[in-house]
Amino acid sequence: MNQNNKEVVLEAQGLTKRFPGVLANDNINLVLHKGEILALLGENGAGKSTLMNMLYGLYHPTEGEIWIKGEHVILEDPSDAIARGVGMVHQHFQLVPVMTVAENVILGDEITRGGGVLNLKEAANKVWELSHQYGLDVDPTAMVEDLPVGTQQRVEIIKALYRDADILILDEPTAVLTPQEAEDLFRIMKDFTARGSSIIFITHKLKEVLAIADTIGVLHRGRMVGTVTPEESTQASLAEMMVGREVILTVEKDPPHPKDVVLRIENLQVKDDRGHLAVKGVDLEVRAGEIVGVAGVQGNGQRELVEALTGLRPVESGSFSISGQDSTHLKPRKITEMGVAHIPEDREKHGLVMAYSVADNMVLNNYYVEPFATRIIMHEDKIDEQAERLVEEFDVRTPSVHTPARNLSGGNKQKVIVAREFSRPITLLIAAQPTRGIDVGSIEFIHNQIVEQRDAGAAVLVVSAELDEIMSLSDYVAVMFDGRVVDVLPRKDATREKLGLLMAGSEIEV
Amino acid sequence: MATTTVVQEQNSGMSSRTKWLIAGGGIFIAALALNLYFFGATGTTAVFAATLRQSTPLILGAMCGLIGERSGVINIGIEGQMLMAAFLAFLANVYIGRVLPLGLTLPIAVLIGVATGALLGLFLAWMSVTLKMDQIIGGTVINTLALGLTSYFYVTGLTTQGKLQTIPLGPLADIPFVGPILFNNPPITYLTIILVFVLQFALFRTVWGLRTRSIGEHPSAADTVGINVNRMRYLNVTLAGAFAGLAGAYLTLEAVGSFERGMTNGRGFIALAVMIFGRWTPIGAWGAALLFAFFTAFATQTQFTGLVSIPPQFVGMSPYVLTIVFLALFGGRARGPAAAGQVYDPE
Amino acid sequence: MTEEIQIDQEGGGILNRILRGAAVPVLSVFLALLIGAFIIWLSGSNPIEAYVALFKGAFGSSEAVERTLEKATPLIFGGLAVAFAFKAGLFNIGGQGQLLIGAIVAAYIGFAVKGLPFIIHMPLALLAGSLAGAAYGAIAGFLKAYTGAHEVITTIMLNFVAINLTDYLSNGPWKDEGILARTPKILETAAIPKWGFLPAGFLIACLMAFLTWYLLYRTTWGYAIRTTGLNANAALYAGIQVAQIIVLTMAFSGFLAGMGGAIETLGVVGRYQPGFNVGLGFDGITIALLAKTNPLGTIPAAILIGAMQAGSSQMQFDAGVRFQIIDIIQGLILFFVSADVIVRKILPAQLVDEEQVTLSTGWGS
Repeated sequence: MNQNNKEVVLEAQGLTKRFPGVLANDNINLVLHKGEILALLGENGAGKSTLMNMLYGLYHPTEGEIWIKGEHVILEDPSDAIARGVGMVHQHFQLVPVMTVAENVILGDEITRGGGVLNLKEAANKVWELSHQYGLDVDPTAMVEDLPVGTQQRVEIIKALYRDADILILDEPTAVLTPQEAEDLFRIMKDFTARGSSIIFITHKLKEVLAIADTIGVLHRGRMVGTVTPEESTQASLAEMMVGREVILTVEKDPPHPKDVVLRIENLQVKDDRGHLAVKGVDLEVRAGEIVGVAGVQGNGQRELVEALTGLRPVESGSFSISGQDSTHLKPRKITEMGVAHIPEDREKHGLVMAYSVADNMVLNNYYVEPFATRIIMHEDKIDEQAERLVEEFDVRTPSVHTPARNLSGGNKQKVIVAREFSRPITLLIAAQPTRGIDVGSIEFIHNQIVEQRDAGAAVLVVSAELDEIMSLSDYVAVMFDGRVVDVLPRKDATREKLGLLMAGSEIEV
Repeated sequence: MATTTVVQEQNSGMSSRTKWLIAGGGIFIAALALNLYFFGATGTTAVFAATLRQSTPLILGAMCGLIGERSGVINIGIEGQMLMAAFLAFLANVYIGRVLPLGLTLPIAVLIGVATGALLGLFLAWMSVTLKMDQIIGGTVINTLALGLTSYFYVTGLTTQGKLQTIPLGPLADIPFVGPILFNNPPITYLTIILVFVLQFALFRTVWGLRTRSIGEHPSAADTVGINVNRMRYLNVTLAGAFAGLAGAYLTLEAVGSFERGMTNGRGFIALAVMIFGRWTPIGAWGAALLFAFFTAFATQTQFTGLVSIPPQFVGMSPYVLTIVFLALFGGRARGPAAAGQVYDPE
Repeated sequence: MTEEIQIDQEGGGILNRILRGAAVPVLSVFLALLIGAFIIWLSGSNPIEAYVALFKGAFGSSEAVERTLEKATPLIFGGLAVAFAFKAGLFNIGGQGQLLIGAIVAAYIGFAVKGLPFIIHMPLALLAGSLAGAAYGAIAGFLKAYTGAHEVITTIMLNFVAINLTDYLSNGPWKDEGILARTPKILETAAIPKWGFLPAGFLIACLMAFLTWYLLYRTTWGYAIRTTGLNANAALYAGIQVAQIIVLTMAFSGFLAGMGGAIETLGVVGRYQPGFNVGLGFDGITIALLAKTNPLGTIPAAILIGAMQAGSSQMQFDAGVRFQIIDIIQGLILFFVSADVIVRKILPAQLVDEEQVTLSTGWGS
């Protein structure tokens, strides 16, 4: 906002962080001015979070120096950073789900009646105050686990404000917000800097950076490759700096040739882990040879929907059929055997066994059938053979097929899953957050693979919180809000603005 | 502007607490009626008194377990801690008792028991936090070593001067029926009840309690606000060990008066079930322990009065079968502290 | 959940791999013996004398070797039971209870069923004991799978129940004539033979170790079990019926422990009597960890611990050291094997492989 006010509030020189076998940050220089919004841009794995953790005292730098408000500091732990006015809003919220908002806010810096006894009433009042002052609207007595994700983020912000933070670090703050909630956040950020505080925010979203930042620092493979202003940049120029080569930002594909309906969902209702209805009556159709993208902010029932469709979660009422066959209550194995491929949302939780080798992971769905097993005896040689073949075909970077999956990078882990799922003939592909947290090269690859499957005649359902991904892959876009599909638009009618409104639950007049 | 307004559900803690109170009250009345019918007044007094006393080591064990687990450390070595503490408290009673009067010996022996438990707690903390050993194995090491060491060094024929006697609380102890049960108990039994309320308050209304719960539920959240997770775990697990040590002291100095190999007899494990059933709260554990001890006392009384002829082994089995039944019906789906059992590695 | 890292060690064949895998356990045993020696010295005896006597009692004569192998047999089964359950992410501490049940049921079939030839009677008794153990183990499995009751507590409780139950049976309905609380001697046709110093039971144990290994690493069942243990979520995704796996794993684990008990009855003692092999549950954990949860490793581990148990009476006789020192040493071995951080600091880097075993993630299912 106000760069004529050139006072430097935070500076880092030569900041380096080494982990065993990995150089996460390499000789980084960084300057933050008072009242400035500095965006740190970089793809996943570029070292952004590591850098922030050092500025917050969670990591100790291997080399390099930090100055906060002109004073040279060594941050032993977060309390040192907090004491100097640095506050952090983490990407994965650091909130205790089973405690209240007030308890979470005061944790570590508690308001007491003396003798170590908590004064929870006073804490609640303080939270109320801050909440109103900054327009954040949070109930101090609420249990954090009951709050929607966007509100939880505000609790994180209040935590920082409670500690008188005037340097705020936001780590991927818009990952869990609708476009409109993101707008709200930007408003709060501008308000914050207008009062003289400063912000560093980390993101991989090019549009945001151009919209809100005063200065942009680009990280690539642990190095700061450039510091630019939004005025002198475009999305393409930023992307090139981020990745180191020219990047094609859209997927090139032929128009679809849809055939019969493969997946038909009728008034499906599914409960979440807490027993409440998460999917409240979804109707949707996906045809062979087309890609239907489901857009929506996470937490609107997408996860439960996908789990129901793959047999991992029971259905309360309604039904769905695959290739005409009622599949509502089928077990996962049966659904797989019907030609359904599933790329799960959480690859480490559902999609892979970290300790298993690449080869063993490749047969996770079909280890019990020929040629990998005869009756109960498994054939290691056949398993290895297939693994070798798939690793080559899908360009999985791994020292060998016997390497444990945990040693692979995020992108390659995802490629193992994709390779496995695509190694069988597919009638229906369900891909949930298929490119979350992976490098641009792998994203390109997987997107192309998905389009290839479509062209080979598969019906494809892609569920993603990344609007760009939905818009580049889909032939039709369905929007999910509050457990329902609120609208389905052909791609040509689906603009960001429309989708944003739908994702937030607004009705649009056509 | 699409700000989300948050509408809160009434925090259901209160109403579920009343539910538990009503259930507890109902069980109590049923138990009372049953006892009076079968055993008459004196028998009932005996059963209820035994219930209170026998629940003591279980409550203490459960509190040991829950302090640890709330901090994120699973402790299945409570049995070993109790046993070792009992042994050393016993030895203290024997040898110090030869030199000092009983009035001094016994308190010292209690302190030695408590200190032993705490020391073993420190050992567990070291294994879990610094050595990053699997916590169940760490507990097993303590159990194995305790059993081995106490059996190896135990010699028969040692005698003590005496044990902790009941302390009647003045005129309260003379109230018919209630008096002998509630107001005429030995010191550790009284202390335990006090500790239940102290710990309950501490856990939910103090700074220590808030931080303890945070490191067991979401250690990185605690870390990011500057709490030293691993140091707190060390302190808490050592403190928890003191509770187990007190239980051991109870067994040898208040209950039995001597020592036998393996005298803890699984109480340390039953205490874990009590902890789970009590939902990791001291008051809940108290209720669960009383219920448990009641059933055991009832079964023993049944056999004692020859009411039903059950082979003694089945009576002996009953605490263990009960634990299984309790766990199966009530404990299974309980959600413990989310980070219990996991090593916290900040960097 | 169990976690193990299988890294393909480059360089060096089988021998090299065995050496590297054995380094930590061997050093752990050594350290434990060292501390044991210290304790022996503290209580006034001569550690050298003690350990020499221990060795003599374990290997010094053909009777000694026989005794060692006899002791090792139930330990192999105990270790297999624990290791097998570990693979599915389960903690079976109920080996002792399952062994007792297996032992007494085998004894019953051994004395009560008359008129069968050896070739039917012995396997029948063996199988009956094993299946009884399996059923007993399945109880804990069933409870875990369908109520979430954690198997650490339920199996320990079931141990106590088994002690009481077998006590009742050997004092009551299955009691021998005379005063002693025990079952009658089994018939000749049910007994497991010995060939010189080699008890056939030991060979059966080795066979079962191999079978268990094969089951875990070469069959689809084993794949399903290991997947469940490493990542239950991925197992669901893979279509594995996790609840069934839990029950079947505990059942097979109990089967192994039960077989250990049956062999003890049919091959060594000849009847069921109280005082039967206490502590197998926790012994089993030591064996399983010494073996790095590899079924084949339970054989050398069991011979080691069995040797100590066999030689302990000689040690008590010759050097006056009470046999409970063995329990202490075992506890120390368990400690050092699991706290391998300590041991690794002592070892040179080339000798250390990457394996580490972690098991606990809370009480929830």
